[in-house]
Amino acid sequence: MIPELGHFALITALTVAIVQGIVPLLGAWRGTPEWTAMAVPATRAQFALVLLAYLCLTWAFVSRDFSVAYVAQNANADLPLFYRISAVWGAHEGSILLWTLILAGWTLAVSIASGSLPEAFRARVLSVMGLVSCGFLLFILMTSNPFERLLPAPPDGRDLNPLLQDPGMIIHPPMLYMGYVGLAVPFAFAVAALMGGRLDAAWTRWTRPWTTVAWVFLTAGIALGSWWAYNELGWGGWWFWDPVENASFMPWLVATALMHSLAVSEQRGAFKAWTVLLAIFGFSLSLLGTFLVRSGVLVSVHAFATDPERGVFILAFLALVVGGALALYAWRANAISGGGSFRLLSRETLLLINNVLLVVACATVLLGTMYPLIVDALGLGKISVGPPYFDAVFTPLMLPLVFVLGIGPMTRWKGDSAGRLVRLLRIAFIVSVVLALVIVMVTGGFSALLLAALAMALWTIATTVQGLVIRVGSKPSLGQGLRALPRSFVGMSLAHIGVGIFIIGVAATNAFSTERDVRLGPGDSEELAGYRFEFVGVGDVEGPNYSARRADIRVFRGDQPVAVLHPEKRLYPIQAQPMTEAAVDAGFTRDLYVALGEPLDDGSWAVRLYYKPLIRWIWLGPTLMALGGLLAASDRRYRRRAPAPRTAPHEPEPGDPVAATP
Amino acid sequence: MRPRRRQRLIFVGVVLVGVAVATALVLTAIGENMLYFYSPTQIAAGEAPQGHDVRVGGLVVVGSVARQTNGLDVRFDLTDTAASVPVTYTGILPDLFREGQGIVALGRIDGDGVFRAREVLAKHDENYMPPEVAEALELAAEGGSMPQPMKNPHAEGATGKP
Repeated sequence: MIPELGHFALITALTVAIVQGIVPLLGAWRGTPEWTAMAVPATRAQFALVLLAYLCLTWAFVSRDFSVAYVAQNANADLPLFYRISAVWGAHEGSILLWTLILAGWTLAVSIASGSLPEAFRARVLSVMGLVSCGFLLFILMTSNPFERLLPAPPDGRDLNPLLQDPGMIIHPPMLYMGYVGLAVPFAFAVAALMGGRLDAAWTRWTRPWTTVAWVFLTAGIALGSWWAYNELGWGGWWFWDPVENASFMPWLVATALMHSLAVSEQRGAFKAWTVLLAIFGFSLSLLGTFLVRSGVLVSVHAFATDPERGVFILAFLALVVGGALALYAWRANAISGGGSFRLLSRETLLLINNVLLVVACATVLLGTMYPLIVDALGLGKISVGPPYFDAVFTPLMLPLVFVLGIGPMTRWKGDSAGRLVRLLRIAFIVSVVLALVIVMVTGGFSALLLAALAMALWTIATTVQGLVIRVGSKPSLGQGLRALPRSFVGMSLAHIGVGIFIIGVAATNAFSTERDVRLGPGDSEELAGYRFEFVGVGDVEGPNYSARRADIRVFRGDQPVAVLHPEKRLYPIQAQPMTEAAVDAGFTRDLYVALGEPLDDGSWAVRLYYKPLIRWIWLGPTLMALGGLLAASDRRYRRRAPAPRTAPHEPEPGDPVAATP
Repeated sequence: MRPRRRQRLIFVGVVLVGVAVATALVLTAIGENMLYFYSPTQIAAGEAPQGHDVRVGGLVVVGSVARQTNGLDVRFDLTDTAASVPVTYTGILPDLFREGQGIVALGRIDGDGVFRAREVLAKHDENYMPPEVAEALELAAEGGSMPQPMKNPHAEGATGKP
């Protein structure tokens, strides 16, 4: 009964979403207030209905209702409760339901926080989001109903994919979806502005915090996914340029560009048409990512679904959304150009370079991801494009981006003099290059790439700190200076320092990691990077829904014991699937990582040992970026209920060394 | 009008430079890093280039997996049911590697027709078949009446279905 209730709630949600997508839009067009007024109640009703459906599915999992096909495929009587709850989004149907729920949640949030928006504009935004929701609800109901019954009910379920039975898996997809779907908000704002033909300062002020929050979730989601892959896949890698990873990374690149171009639009009124275009692209790439992951077109560890019907539906939906938005853009973009003028050397130009590099990087990732699919579709052979392509293309694009990142925040809007910037920044530049040289010499891992990466990372951190110091120093006392720092500036600085920390982590891990596959029997030991790994033995362990062989490995540095590691080889009998459970001794300066391979004939095991310096910094960086984003989005000027309309673009004060906002 | 034109010029210039740099990067990188897929039949027929990375996929022939007694060298045969290729690999095999399983290997073919794998991929789903492998099997089944001449001394058991 409860699953049928869920199904019914979804059908009702669709009818509500159709009303939400059409009536307020017509009302805004014809100027009928009664019709636009329907946007908010429809949004709330839709959210309540989708939430009800979602809870029904969760209930089916919690109560182990194996007569529901989706539950039978993705859970098992022995599966622990929190994995039963997270199994809701463990496969295709539930993921799309979660997607839809999160979309309804974002729409609800917009409806609550948009009281001060002009009524017609608000109605258009909520309508556009309702239309997107229509597409997804239709998709669920037509191709991926999670409430389908399986009769007669099997006595037990097939269990959740063991790869997904990990704490990282519980939070990674919701975070990522929050980011993906969050990009629907700037998209809806952009489309609504195009429809209304007006794009003023209030528009950018409104779009900016939403974009930043979506970006924060996307950043956190991608970092969590990387952390999960590192812990769970047992290869010791943190990024594989897997198409599914790329699918989440491309919207991130465009969302990053969008955040920065919104800064120009808000502060200077320029780049408006470009900003709108980025908002459209960001959400389009979210949809493309959903298509790639959910249609089964990829050869990838993540692509669990294979059903052409779904692929065709999402592709058609994608074409409709992107095509519609771009057509609207082509028709109305003329109405929204304009803005303050600027010279060649100005913060505007530097942010433009930032945008071009990010978008071009996104295009190269898109090309590398889609190329094999296109070649295959044209019948030209089976090829794959591996990580070397992405490394070769991506790194040369990111280094100049990071260099510009150091200069941008120090440069004045409208125009600046090269001499001033050189005088201001030469010390930071010399210090970072010299320090990078010293580090490279001392560690003995000389390579031009390592040197460049370290220098750029230190440059980012040095210039950001310098910016903070100048800001604080311009006030009479330290306390006053700190208090006067706007949150958005602190947030930007934190995020930029995060970029530097991330780059240091990547550079150190790439340059100085060591790994070895060895054959170890009880009593054997192996030396790696100054650590001695002693293989004590292997015992049996029983988990709730698996049985495992667990090794006991002691790690010593000289005679000092460092860690005891218990890597496991698990067997999940229901899916007859073995799983490698790596053991990690995590540290700020290095990780020691041990994974069991296979048992060999004479009682010894194939064991993989890794030493990974500074790998934690790879996730520390994005954590700082996400925190910075949160700070920036909570800046005072976005919290004002009714922002006073600004007629003139912001003029920096003459004595201000760094202009007012990032 | 002048500032607006200058702005356009800056905009177009920056975009052009960015696109040009990216195009150059992509063109050089994609040519070098594209990996072609070959079926065991194609490799046995000598169609795959030597000394260049390629990917090969097929089923692991039952009974062909042999581990060296010390060290981590392993040797096995890969078949598409029409022909098979001997593969060597050093290191740890993925969790789902087993006899009869469809896998994809990445590496090079050496002078004696042995495929030296650098990486072995098995999918994390026992029912899942890499699409390339599925297609290679299908092709081999269609042309099954005229098997390719086997150039390879190690290719016994090629028709031994798992």
